[in-house]
This record gives sequence, C-alpha cells and structure tokens, in this order.
Amino acid sequence: MSNRYVFFYASAMVIIVALVLSGAATLLRPLQERNMRIEKMQNILSAINIIADRAEAEEVFDRYITSSIIVDHQGREIEGDAFEVDLRDEIRKDVADRQLPLFIAEVNGETFYIVPLRGGGLWGPIWGYLGLESDLATIAGANFDHASETPGLGAEIADQSFEAQFRGKRIFDDDTNFRPVRVVKGTAPPDDLHAVDGISGGTITSNGVTNMLREGLQPYTSYFEKIRTS
Amino acid sequence: MSEDSTQPTETLFSVKNRKLLTNPLGPENPINVQVLGICSVLAITVQLQTSLVMAISVVAVMGFANVIISLLRKGIPPRIRIIVQLTVIASLVILVDQLLKAFVYDISRQLSVFVGLIITNCIIMGRLEAFALHNKPWPSFLDGIGNAAGYGWVLLAVGFFRELFGSGTLMGYQAIPGFMYDIGYENNGFMILPPMALITVGIIIWVQRYKDRRLIDIS
Repeated sequence: MSNRYVFFYASAMVIIVALVLSGAATLLRPLQERNMRIEKMQNILSAINIIADRAEAEEVFDRYITSSIIVDHQGREIEGDAFEVDLRDEIRKDVADRQLPLFIAEVNGETFYIVPLRGGGLWGPIWGYLGLESDLATIAGANFDHASETPGLGAEIADQSFEAQFRGKRIFDDDTNFRPVRVVKGTAPPDDLHAVDGISGGTITSNGVTNMLREGLQPYTSYFEKIRTS
Repeated sequence: MSEDSTQPTETLFSVKNRKLLTNPLGPENPINVQVLGICSVLAITVQLQTSLVMAISVVAVMGFANVIISLLRKGIPPRIRIIVQLTVIASLVILVDQLLKAFVYDISRQLSVFVGLIITNCIIMGRLEAFALHNKPWPSFLDGIGNAAGYGWVLLAVGFFRELFGSGTLMGYQAIPGFMYDIGYENNGFMILPPMALITVGIIIWVQRYKDRRLIDIS
C-alpha cells in the first residue's frame, strides 16, 4: 500500500469521525444542559433540606426560590443572572471583581439564603451549597459534592451524615463576628457551634471544606451585614 | 483463526460461532485467564451499579468496534492499523459518554472519568488486533460481545462482593439487615479500597482454576 493511500485513508477517517462526533454532540447538547441545570437546582434545594427528584425539580425550584441576586464583596447588588454564574471562573478572580450569586428561598413563610461555594479537595475541586436561616448566621443545611475524592474517605463529604452535621451550626458568633464552621480532625466538641466532625482518612478533603467555607463565605459578609442592619 | 475460514453454509449460531460467545465467559476469560483489563476492575467495582453500567458500556463499545474494524479490515493500511483501531474505539467511547450524559445523567456522574478510560481497556484493542482484523463481521460481533460479557460478569461479581461487604448495600439498597449491626457487625472499609478488588479477582481466579484443571499450566 502506497504512502498516498495511507494518507488518504487517515484523512478520510478523521473527517468522518469528526462529522459523526460533532453531530452527536450538537444533537445531545440541549438534553445534557438541561440535566446539568436540574442537578444544580436539586443541589440548591437540598441546601435548605428540600429533596426534589429529577422529574419535579424545576417546578419545586420555581415554587420555593423566590429570587436570585448577584452581589459584590462590598454588599452592592449587581446586574446579572445568578443561576448562570460559574464559580469556576469566579474563584480565580480577585475578590473585588467577583460576582457572588445568592439564592433566596421562601419556605412556609420563612426566608432562607443559599450560598454556592467552591474549593479544592485532595484530588480535584469540591463544591457545595450552604443554606442559611433568616438570621443569616444559623446554617439550615448543606450540600457538598466533589469531582474525584477517594471513595469511602474524602468522598464522604457528599454523604448525608456529613452534611447533616452542619444543621444548626453558626457562621457568626454572638457578637456578629464572622466565624465560619471548621471541619476538625476527629470529633468536634458537642457544644461548639463553629465546628463539625472531620472524616477519618479524609483530612485533606476535610481541610478543603474548612477553607472553602471560610474563603467562600467571607466576601458575602458585607452584604449580610447590610441586610441584618436594615 | 485463519483468514475468513467460515464455510458459506455455516449457520449464524453454529457450534463454532457459539464458542466465540461462550469461551470468553469461562476458559478464555479476558480477566481471569488472560489477565487483561484489570485496571478498570480495580477502579469501578466499589458499587454494583457502576459495575453494571460499565459492563453494558463495554459490551456496546466492543460489539460495535469489532464489527466496524471487521468491515474495514481489507482496507486498513497495516502500517497505521493501531491508530485506526484507537480512533474507532475512542469515537465509540465518546459517543457512549455523550449518550450517558444525555439520558442517564446520575449514572454518568458516578462513572465520571472511567467511561473515558474504556479507551485504555486493553481487552478491546486486544480483540480488534487478534480477531476482528482477520474475521468476518458476524463472528467478530460475537467475539466482541462474548469477551465484553466475560469481562462484565467478573466486574459484576467483584462489585457484588465489594458493595455487600464494604457498604452493606446492593445497588444502593440496604442488604445487610439492621439487627446485624446491632449485634456488632461492621462494614469492612478495606473492601472499598482498590487492593481488595485485586484480592477478590484473585479468589475468583483461584476458584475457577480449581474447577477447571485445564487452566493450570502443568507443562
């Protein structure tokens, strides 16, 4: 077989494969994006302890999430669609340029605030949503997820038993100083409102959650201050 | 396996063709006997469900890849045949990944990077190189499905034991009754880690060789 044939064969193959794959990607894109949106809605809802299954997530989201806003680190509201803000881009920016999305929910007359978070674990990114009660200090619920933490160890941050520990903890102390929840090694003192139990064998991931909570919530403090004093 | 040795009168499920399908399940099993594809067995068998989806995905990729390479076998320039094989496998894997993301999103999230790793599954390229390149599409299809099924059942067996003893669940449902925990039973965290997959495969290989003495090299 001549070189000419080999070149022709390889080129034809590459063109055909490119057409097939780009065709499939274009056709399936709307379905995939919808799945990702629904997953995001489910995660936001679960931060205030509302479990919605895939089929009804959109409807439940619209019912409970009354508004979503973007704020900056000085507490001013800025224009934009909070749902479309990609934290992957935002956490790379300087705090002053960051868009901080905030989701506000109304459940049985009570107001909840949901803050999206993103940070780093041991092997890859970790992210989550933290639901706050109307005092903006008490945690209503938390939802964490990760890309590639070790199953059975770091991956346990996505487990309900880990997330449930955050309920009732506080991110401000009684003097309204910012004091986020830490994930401590071993067992947290039961009366400590600013600490939860770490994961044995998952210390680096646990520390990742601590850092994510501190760095993720810090920029919101001026906006929270504004609401609390108004 | 000589070039196109099938007789024109041979039926679709002749003894020879059936062997293509059944041999990889037992005496020619790609994992237990040829010890190929071990990497993915370690990685995705923590839960039964991911094992099942991985097994189905590999069956689909391998069946199609074998047929496509078999159809192309007379035209593929021998000098670039490995590249052609890889392109076919990689394209099929990307298609499977896109389909999973569109239709069974939750499962695709669990499998995450491992779907992409089907490309590196040595069993697939091994069968393309050893079989599909020299045989007609139908026997190649059977050979692909057979080998993928041989890979799949070992995956499911390992996944079954690891999830049962590691997490006390099967397909995500509680399998070990609550009273067992009350009397002191604990899940074995070691089962979740990759080394236990290797040991589980080792035990399966041991049992298989004990039952089928032909597999033991006595020369």
